[in-house]
Amino acid sequence: MSAAGTGATDGVLARLGALFRTTAFKLSLAYLLVFAAFAFFALGYVAWNARRVLDDQIVSTIEAEINGLSDQYASGGIRRLVSVVERRSREPGASLYLVTTPAGEHVAGNVEALPPGTLAEPGQTETPYARNTDGDRLDHRAIVRIFTLPGGFRLLVGRDVEERDRLRAVIGRAFAWSLMLVVGLGFLGSWFIAQRVLKRVDHMTEITRGIMAGDLDGRLTLAGTGDELDRLASNLNAMLDRIGELMRGMREVSDNIAHDLKTPLTRLRNKADAALREGRDPDALRAALEANIEESDNLIRVFNALLMIARLEAGNAREGLAEFDAGAVALEVAELYEAVAEERGVALKTEVEDGLVLHGSRELIGQAMANLIDNALKYGQKTDLSAEAPVVCVAAGRENGDVVLSVADRGDGIPEAERGRVLERFVRLETARTRPGFGLGLSLVNAVARLHQGSFALEDNAPGLRASLRLPALRDQAPREVAA
Amino acid sequence: MSDMRLLIIEDDREASAYLSKAFREAGHVADTADDGLDGYALAREGTYDVLVVDRMLPKLDGLSLIRSLREQGVETPVLILSALGQVDDRVKGLKAGGDDYLPKPYAFSELMARIEVLARRRGGGSGAEATSYRVGDLELDRLSHRVARAGQEIPLQPREFRLLEYLMRHAGQVVTRTMLLEHVWDYHFDPQTNVIDVHVSRLRAKVDKGFERPMIHTVRGAGYMVRAGGEA
Repeated sequence: MSAAGTGATDGVLARLGALFRTTAFKLSLAYLLVFAAFAFFALGYVAWNARRVLDDQIVSTIEAEINGLSDQYASGGIRRLVSVVERRSREPGASLYLVTTPAGEHVAGNVEALPPGTLAEPGQTETPYARNTDGDRLDHRAIVRIFTLPGGFRLLVGRDVEERDRLRAVIGRAFAWSLMLVVGLGFLGSWFIAQRVLKRVDHMTEITRGIMAGDLDGRLTLAGTGDELDRLASNLNAMLDRIGELMRGMREVSDNIAHDLKTPLTRLRNKADAALREGRDPDALRAALEANIEESDNLIRVFNALLMIARLEAGNAREGLAEFDAGAVALEVAELYEAVAEERGVALKTEVEDGLVLHGSRELIGQAMANLIDNALKYGQKTDLSAEAPVVCVAAGRENGDVVLSVADRGDGIPEAERGRVLERFVRLETARTRPGFGLGLSLVNAVARLHQGSFALEDNAPGLRASLRLPALRDQAPREVAA
Repeated sequence: MSDMRLLIIEDDREASAYLSKAFREAGHVADTADDGLDGYALAREGTYDVLVVDRMLPKLDGLSLIRSLREQGVETPVLILSALGQVDDRVKGLKAGGDDYLPKPYAFSELMARIEVLARRRGGGSGAEATSYRVGDLELDRLSHRVARAGQEIPLQPREFRLLEYLMRHAGQVVTRTMLLEHVWDYHFDPQTNVIDVHVSRLRAKVDKGFERPMIHTVRGAGYMVRAGGEA
């Protein structure tokens, strides 16, 4: 963009540009303008008032003099007036006086010269004049009042306004200085504030850039002032902490997934390898291929379950949710597993209330119930064989306005310390490791519960395990009849 | 049912070559199309028994293709293949006018069984279901909910009745476990355990026990079939 020589200037300009674009700078500038305008009006008002007060004072002094002189004239005529004027003219700090003949010749007074024609117009006016001592130079100014006396004589009474003008100059200078000071200081102040803010924002930008580049441990430094930038920084830090936590969680999960999928994949590979090495017999090869397909299907199942859990946890499976009877689902799924239970010598019992209407996915709740019943049938039997005949109880009912679906067995249960852990993906208890499965069933149930804004808990059934889904029922729902 | 004309609309050439080869080996005719527009043109002009449509296709996606076909009055049964095996995707697919939905990856036997059911439904014409089925000496009356074999009544639970009803409606066709779960229980998840097998073997105990020739046959690696005669 720039020629070689102007690179440095461009850099400075860019920096200035950045400074001028900061909010702090713009705000300060706006304040500055407001204050400058305020100062301008305040000082202007003072100056104007001062001048008016002074002018009033001068005029009232002149008026008093005129009153005195007119008394003298009334009692002694023109002679008396001339002698009084002469006397007063000689007093120090005196007002200005002038008495002239109708032709304009000087009779008495301390005013030596006036601009020609001034005396011809009676009334009050402001005019330059010369004192006796000055010669003819009209370098003073005065407010004067001129009268025409009977007989054509003229009388001028006035006050010098030098004092007033000096004061005006002082006020004007003060005015200019303070404006300059307001603007200058304001500008400097906004510069300073903007620089400070810019520096901190630059610092934040630098650190966030580092974080984006992969340094996830980077954190913003707090200035310790508790201002909004500090609050922002500490919020960003909290966010980064949370993200870091989630990332660690994700990494753990994906590590687990990688590890847990490696096992069946290795098994798959080894089986194929063994078949290739040993099998000349077509039947053995066919059997090995079939075993491989089965193993692959299992892996696909795992991936499907993982994807489904991820999707449910992301909460974007909300489409296709509808009202359905949760009790009917519990009965249907129990009925689906009833034959298997009987085959395994497990008594599958159901206790289901009517009209448990939920808003959600019948399909997902069905799958969750299937997972729970499947688990109960697989693991819900006492390891010691002398125990009573195994029973699994599927129940659906209402508790505190929630619909509770539960599957309870009377087996060995799960130790309290392990109950949270088994909800995680791929976690299988030692006792279950020898049996088929991947440890995703309860994770899925948990995800289904959360999708329905409900909760999933494992409790002690004393003896055995009670797995229960607690799902918010439709609010406006009094127990009502639902068509099956 | 043999000699079906099938159209495979799938952009993955390897998958579509695998399918058309497998279909030909089973004695059917299979055309292929690589993208949605070609597929749409072929499906409109040709006379096919079943369309196999991938959901994600270049140029025109699978669901839009099906919707357009249905708007044009093409009623050829459509089986949707989808890599998105999710609950709401099935609903979307069927809403768009699909007749069946199979998430990828699938077993070929499953796909074949479903295609045959779809083709038969089309061949059956009227669409109105019969009020009774008869396979060999096995009779099922849908109105009175009675089942008899060789004139002798067999008492069945309601679910067993529906299971046998579905099997008999598709007599001579392979019915897979997932098809049974879908149509008899109306669930689409993967039951993992052999729940369906146990139900079928219970039904079989009632229907075939004491008879020389079994009616309910297990098709290895695929599912079940009701058929008169033949060996167990």
